[in-house]
Amino acid sequence: MSQIVGSQIVGIGASPLRKEDLRFVSGRGHYVADIKRPGMTAGVFLRSPHAHARLKSIDSAVAQAMPGVLAVFTGADLKAANVGGLPCGWGITGKDGKPMKEPPHPPLAQEKVRHVGDAVAFVVAETAEQARSAAEAIVVDYDMLPAVSGVLEALRPGAPAVFDEIPGNLCCDWELGDAAATEQAFAKAAHVAHVSLVNNRLIGNPMEPRAAVAEHEPTTGQYTLWTTSQFPHVVRLLMGNMVLGIPQHKLRVVAPDVGGGFGVKQFHYAEEAVVTWAAAKVGRPVKWVCERSEGFISDAHGRDHVTEAELALDEKGKFLAIRVKTLANMGGYLSTFGPNIPTNLYAPLLSGVYTIPAIYCEVKVVFTNTVPVDAYRGAGRPEATFVVERLVDIAAMEMGIDKADIRRRNMIPKEAYPYQTPVIVQYDSGDPAGCLAGAVEAADVAGFAARKQASLAKGKLRGLGFSTYIEACGLAPSRIAGRLGARGGLYESATVRVHPTGHVTVLIGTHNHGQGHETTFAQIVSEKLGVPFANVDIVFGDTDKVQFGMGTYGSRSLAVGGSALARASDKVITKGKKIAAHLLEADEQDVDFSAGVFSIAGTDRKKTFEEVALAAYVPHDYPLEILEPGLEEQAYYDPVNFTYPGGAHIAEVEIDPETGVVTLLNYTAVDDVGTVINPMIVEGQLHGGIAQGIGQALFENCVYDDDTGQLLSGSFMDYCMPRADTVPSMKISTHSTICTHTPLGSKGCGEVGTIGSPAAVTNAVVDALAHLGITHIDMPASPNRIWRLIQNAMLGRAAE
Amino acid sequence: MKISFKLNGKPVEVDIEPSLLLSELLRDKLDLTGTHVGCDTSQCGACVIHLDDESVKSCTILAVSVDGRSVTTVEGLASGEGVDGLHPMQRAFHENHGLQCGFCTPGMLMSAIDFAKRHPKPTEQEVRQWLEGNICRCTGYQNIVRSVLAGAAAMHAAS
Repeated sequence: MSQIVGSQIVGIGASPLRKEDLRFVSGRGHYVADIKRPGMTAGVFLRSPHAHARLKSIDSAVAQAMPGVLAVFTGADLKAANVGGLPCGWGITGKDGKPMKEPPHPPLAQEKVRHVGDAVAFVVAETAEQARSAAEAIVVDYDMLPAVSGVLEALRPGAPAVFDEIPGNLCCDWELGDAAATEQAFAKAAHVAHVSLVNNRLIGNPMEPRAAVAEHEPTTGQYTLWTTSQFPHVVRLLMGNMVLGIPQHKLRVVAPDVGGGFGVKQFHYAEEAVVTWAAAKVGRPVKWVCERSEGFISDAHGRDHVTEAELALDEKGKFLAIRVKTLANMGGYLSTFGPNIPTNLYAPLLSGVYTIPAIYCEVKVVFTNTVPVDAYRGAGRPEATFVVERLVDIAAMEMGIDKADIRRRNMIPKEAYPYQTPVIVQYDSGDPAGCLAGAVEAADVAGFAARKQASLAKGKLRGLGFSTYIEACGLAPSRIAGRLGARGGLYESATVRVHPTGHVTVLIGTHNHGQGHETTFAQIVSEKLGVPFANVDIVFGDTDKVQFGMGTYGSRSLAVGGSALARASDKVITKGKKIAAHLLEADEQDVDFSAGVFSIAGTDRKKTFEEVALAAYVPHDYPLEILEPGLEEQAYYDPVNFTYPGGAHIAEVEIDPETGVVTLLNYTAVDDVGTVINPMIVEGQLHGGIAQGIGQALFENCVYDDDTGQLLSGSFMDYCMPRADTVPSMKISTHSTICTHTPLGSKGCGEVGTIGSPAAVTNAVVDALAHLGITHIDMPASPNRIWRLIQNAMLGRAAE
Repeated sequence: MKISFKLNGKPVEVDIEPSLLLSELLRDKLDLTGTHVGCDTSQCGACVIHLDDESVKSCTILAVSVDGRSVTTVEGLASGEGVDGLHPMQRAFHENHGLQCGFCTPGMLMSAIDFAKRHPKPTEQEVRQWLEGNICRCTGYQNIVRSVLAGAAAMHAAS
């Protein structure tokens, strides 16, 4: 990694070391749990130990009298104070044209609890220990009800109703695509590949648990909430406007350093509202820090699909149609984006990187007695990729076609972009065959047969798995999102504030929680304005500082926020030219700007960016009628389309048939993320994303007990996170085509790794076991599962 | 009860409840918030500190047990200001993009330094096995492993 001096211009394509590192390696990061306020109290939530029960009574008299206890609040208190329910930000519409069922989501449970971990009461005390003791002394009389945790069970006739008013538990029966055209294509197919699969439920587990600190100033009515959020402005909008009724200008939401998000922190959570409301009630700051065990039962979970899918092919292995039926778990309430994930972010990706003339997808969105399910890194798109890439592999195996060949045969040719799929989205650019060719070479696919033989000689089974995939991200075009049910816009904003010295502060609505924005965004400004990299600071995460913003999720920060930043920088240049024209007594049209210098073409007359910045704030002889003092510009950017990163991933595994243990030997990725601003950071994002996908494919599984609805994988001892010794070193490179509609040409890279990798790893595992007649294994491909599959296959063979 | 110990090289005396964990003492009473708490089952390793130069999870030991001993936290690693003042391992994490959100980083650094002291010429596999007790959700570990290898080399070159 090159050492780059910050006093230089460090532009697009360079890999300067990260500006944010120094505070983190020094232990001087500033996370919500680190906050102390004068007079601060501690809050603890009492949570339901039952998956489904009627709340008969809550007796907190003993708890209220305990040492240090300031207050105990329940759902009844919130109701009496007219505190609203948590809003869902995305409404979907069913096949029948009717809106989804949208039951209330009270911040503290009322009448019923609907999952283990549903918050029942909130205790505020002088210390967290006192609050914990008091919470234990609250007596809740639960009338236990039968619970249902899986989607299949929830849809069975007579299943317990999560909401009394929604018998059958169906939130929405949704569809996308052309059913009739798909039916016709299947009727003339030479071959149909079929898969029944489960997309395993996951828990995002950013390493920093959620936390909130709130305070209220009664003389001004001003509230401040510090929260572990990926989108503080949206929390202010939803919580202030719809839950607590706090005017926006009286509510400051700050998300300081946040220790990872991955989607888990992009929702407005009940705890944020309760802590803020309680701070005003007790008249002192209140701090709540989630314990990890509590996070397991209160952070929104991800994935959790049960799917039947079919791919129709002609005799040459050309794809004719794809048909998908999915049951998606929503949990016990609708989270902020919940219903959008398994519908709008799923079905439109079922064309993958292929020309598939007909697609039809039905999704039943289902309530269960589990934690709400919402976006987790990739959010809908890994699920779609998994369906498509498993079907492609199964078709190749059944038809005897090479797995790379069948993909090449069906890929959208580079020259066919822009490509309109049959499922809404239009891909603007891409080169899937180029990515695949790069990955095939980098992974030494040619040498695989020899490596497989070598493994076999040691008694091991070796497999190679491909995944060629695409995602729609950079959320995104408000116009399209609105048509799909988004209740807000999805633009982004940036302000470029040039100081009289030429130093620059950027105020941006995205949020940096590991992505390196303080570095990449500074590179964009350094390149655009020709100012030294060291002279640019990026400010985010505080609604009192930053104008507005939708935050960071869906790989949108660079594609949307970076675009706003580029536009605002262009506006600065435009105004700078006006100022320079005045200073140089020239016509504005004659002023050029390059590498931080305004000059008059064909002359030696010039002004530096610093000189222009100073003149902007010291306007002694300004033509005030045509030029305002100051040099600060703002842009709100609303893209015209999603961006479509994609790529080719190849995994190589070795399985010990005696134990079922999988070793991931090699992982190769060639990704198309559009223009790369900082290659070092892009590579890091891919490493992390791929590791999370490997986690889903091999280790992670959120499991509920079918009978009781208890979470069985409720700690890091039961929920298997990828560790340093279970993830391989990966070979990463990019093969980029330029996004045709973002100012910088970038597509986004936050989620690509997590989207491509589960299918690649699973396909490799199945490839290793294919000689046993095995065509599918559900994730995670644990030793237990693999060993059973092998034993069953061998028993089957013995019986033949 | 009263205990006294050396914290980042300086003597400290505190009066604490016997049930207080070392992580709580450091974060809540002594305002050294660089030591992070990422779980409640001693699994994640975000809270690793050095007790008498040995890496331990500070969420797992009672504060009273450090009486008379020496504790080093991430705040005690650097010898000066800025990047130039960083400990070689801190610098290696910075130079090898060994961190993203930064939350696991203090624990990773403290584990890595102890590892490097015990392994003058470590292999990638040794690093990966040693870090088994530190979870990172951001990096996929690849750049952390690179950082630890580089940091170990730098530490031994310096000594």
